Amino acid sequence: MAKKSYAFYPGCSSQLKASASNYLVSVNSMCRILDVQLTQIPDWNCCGASIAYAEGGELPRHAINARNFALAEKHLPGQDIVATCAACWLGARESKERLDVSSALMRETNEALAAGGLHYKAEVNIRHMVEVLIEDFGYEELKKPVVKPLENMKFAGYVGCQTNRPFGIDGESFENPKYLDKMVETLGGEPIGQYDQKVTCCGGALAFSEPEKSQKQIREIVESAYDHGADMIVTPCPLCQANVEIYQSEINKKQGTKFSMPVLYYSQLMTVAYGGSAKDAGLDGHVIPPRKLIDAASKK
Amino acid sequence: MSYRNDFLKEVEENVEEGEWVKMCMQCGVCAGSCPFGPHWEHSPQKIFMMIRAGERIQVLSSDSMWMCTSCYNCIVRCPRKLPITHIMHGLANYAHRLGLAPKGQPTRVFAKTFWDNLVKTGRVNELKLTLSHYFRDGFIQGIRNALAMKDIGLGMMKARRINPMELFGGHGLQDLEGFHAIVAKAREIEDRKKGLKNG
Repeated sequence: MAKKSYAFYPGCSSQLKASASNYLVSVNSMCRILDVQLTQIPDWNCCGASIAYAEGGELPRHAINARNFALAEKHLPGQDIVATCAACWLGARESKERLDVSSALMRETNEALAAGGLHYKAEVNIRHMVEVLIEDFGYEELKKPVVKPLENMKFAGYVGCQTNRPFGIDGESFENPKYLDKMVETLGGEPIGQYDQKVTCCGGALAFSEPEKSQKQIREIVESAYDHGADMIVTPCPLCQANVEIYQSEINKKQGTKFSMPVLYYSQLMTVAYGGSAKDAGLDGHVIPPRKLIDAASKK
Repeated sequence: MSYRNDFLKEVEENVEEGEWVKMCMQCGVCAGSCPFGPHWEHSPQKIFMMIRAGERIQVLSSDSMWMCTSCYNCIVRCPRKLPITHIMHGLANYAHRLGLAPKGQPTRVFAKTFWDNLVKTGRVNELKLTLSHYFRDGFIQGIRNALAMKDIGLGMMKARRINPMELFGGHGLQDLEGFHAIVAKAREIEDRKKGLKNG
């Protein structure tokens, strides 16, 4: 297949020394194998995530997203913008759709962008990495590079909120999306079709401001994975990954549970199944080490 | 009760997606779909009814909008297709800018910290964000909060997902000046439109 090129929007959490830095490591490995070229949007800024509304309001939020669009149009014309972070994708896509339907908002946004010497022409497409995988490759194509099927491993596909609602992936149901299960199956792993917390909210940004309420959500997400015999949870969202992984020890401390459930990204599973090392897959970046996957990666 | 009161008009004019409020048919699916449902005082459909009843202060000083985790369950399930998540965000923002939102509300405080953090360099600095959050109630409480979370912090450091060096500089934009000019201009236009003062 010919090389595919995208304007890449990695987002703040994927940066070096940040909470999803190992996500980026695995995405880079996966893209190398799939011959995908990701070029970062030069000088991209934060999308505002799901919490910017309170202080940022409406226009400043759309303006900062439009700055990224304008930079992509200018430096990487014709390339779709691809985000790996669920919140970046959602925030950017929301702004794009709002600007598409409101000429007043579009005019005001461009008035703001002009203050920074930029202009948005409304020519961009905003996509999530899993959309690229499913729509531009497809499950059959994604299966071809598999050299190490993820045998004897059970995965609870935790889709979460922001790649699922309100836009969704590939037209799937909001209540029971299947794409993550299908990806696991494509890689030779066993998805848990009955995982009943797959679209439960982890608390999102409120894991910071409302820790008790959020940890109640996280407990249900982890408990259900155990109840269904999962070895690992897999997710497409960096905030889901961080919240569900790192607060397990807090829940254990406060509630006497013994949670130690690894939480992985789809891209880490793909890197390992494609023959990458534990390091290529960023498996050294976990607070709860995914031992089964590390063993699989180190097997010849 | 009048369905054409001043507060409904105020919400329609000043709150993001506020013109949808009158479309609510009070079915309560939003309330039943909210992950933080047990923690609100007023569910979204109650808030919508209160707006229509003109209960301005009760709505704008409510804690309820601040419970939104942005999970979007209410949006996809609303039979009338109201963008409920955005209306909640819009009401929270409006109440915050008017100074009527509950003082010290944890998500309100965190949201401001987050925006200030991202605007400073153009990208979120997670370490500074976390520390500002822990130390929001002063130094002593900050040390207590940080100590309570030290195992998580050390675990993240070992996994190389937190680095103390991020306190000094960290990631940022090359054209920070341009970014700041864009944010300031957008704020100026929005405040002019909504009759809010800067800051």
